Amino acid sequence: MRFIEPHAHMVSRTTDDYADMATAGCVALCEPAFWAGFDRGSADGFRDYFRQLTEVEPRRAANYGIKHFTWLCINPKESEDMALAADVLSVIPEFMECPNVLGIGEIGLNKNSRNEIKVLQQHVDLAASHDQMILVHTPHLEDKHKGTRLILDVLKYDSRIDPERVMIDHVEEHTIGMVLDAGHWGGMTLYPESKCSPARAIDMIERFGSERLWWDAACDWGPSVPLAVPRTACEMRRRGHDESLIEKVIFENPKTFLSQSDRFQL
Amino acid sequence: MAMTRQKVLDQYFMDARHKLIDIAAFLDRVDRAEGDADFRLKAFRDAMKRLDDNGKDRAHDVLMAFSDPTGEPIAVAHGKGACGAWPGQGE
Repeated sequence: MRFIEPHAHMVSRTTDDYADMATAGCVALCEPAFWAGFDRGSADGFRDYFRQLTEVEPRRAANYGIKHFTWLCINPKESEDMALAADVLSVIPEFMECPNVLGIGEIGLNKNSRNEIKVLQQHVDLAASHDQMILVHTPHLEDKHKGTRLILDVLKYDSRIDPERVMIDHVEEHTIGMVLDAGHWGGMTLYPESKCSPARAIDMIERFGSERLWWDAACDWGPSVPLAVPRTACEMRRRGHDESLIEKVIFENPKTFLSQSDRFQL
Repeated sequence: MAMTRQKVLDQYFMDARHKLIDIAAFLDRVDRAEGDADFRLKAFRDAMKRLDDNGKDRAHDVLMAFSDPTGEPIAVAHGKGACGAWPGQGE
């Protein structure tokens, strides 16, 4: 089995996780910028983090034969502070020409506040003005449905955005339809708690088809499983699905979406 | 759908049974405890009613039962976390 892990926060993971992912067949992974579990104090903190994403993690991944790609942003959890967000947005262009940068992400909303929406609009403008792809984080739990609707409105409002170059991550049964209907790609995040289980992720493939969809682990410093994608592939096999469909979901689909950036080379 | 109904039961019945008993035990635990509950318990009980729905959208309907149904952004995010159920306007 070969697979692409399209959403993993490897700065939070051990080297053993890289080894396990490589052993399971991971050939490439993508690491969007995210919240560290605490609010960073300045744009310089983000500059250091972006160096970690563009210099350090690619080397760690390469030690295990895994290609490492990244997305840059200030996460919506830190977007309430508009001044900090403006500072970080001014830093991002310094890193846009790094060879493993695929675009802007994971941007989006957390609590669906007015400031979060303003910062989301600024990120979308940054992506559009630099012809970058976008990776979107949708809010969790009770905030997801409303937040997804608000995010889709922001994206639709900017006529420069090609929906097929936008991945909306963390979709669930109540948001997957609106994301696909808007022409975007959808990501299902496989978490041991609070997000989508392997069984539900396969259910959604069975119900909505396999076009413009991927699975990811989004493994980070919380309860999460770096091997969630291959384990879900095994469960899909237990259900009797064809190998070609499994390969499409865990390898071909992410490859197709990510290859819209010339930098994504396996 | 790759599986027959029989195979679905073979593969998932024990897991679903386990989770259902856990929910029953959770509700017993809440009832045994002292003090007031909050909006989450009502949301949970409302969501459970969606399990009796006919059709194939129970997961969707349960998710919607916990969701914020409003359309306007909130003024300010005072925290970062979500609690799993919408507390209602003004909470």
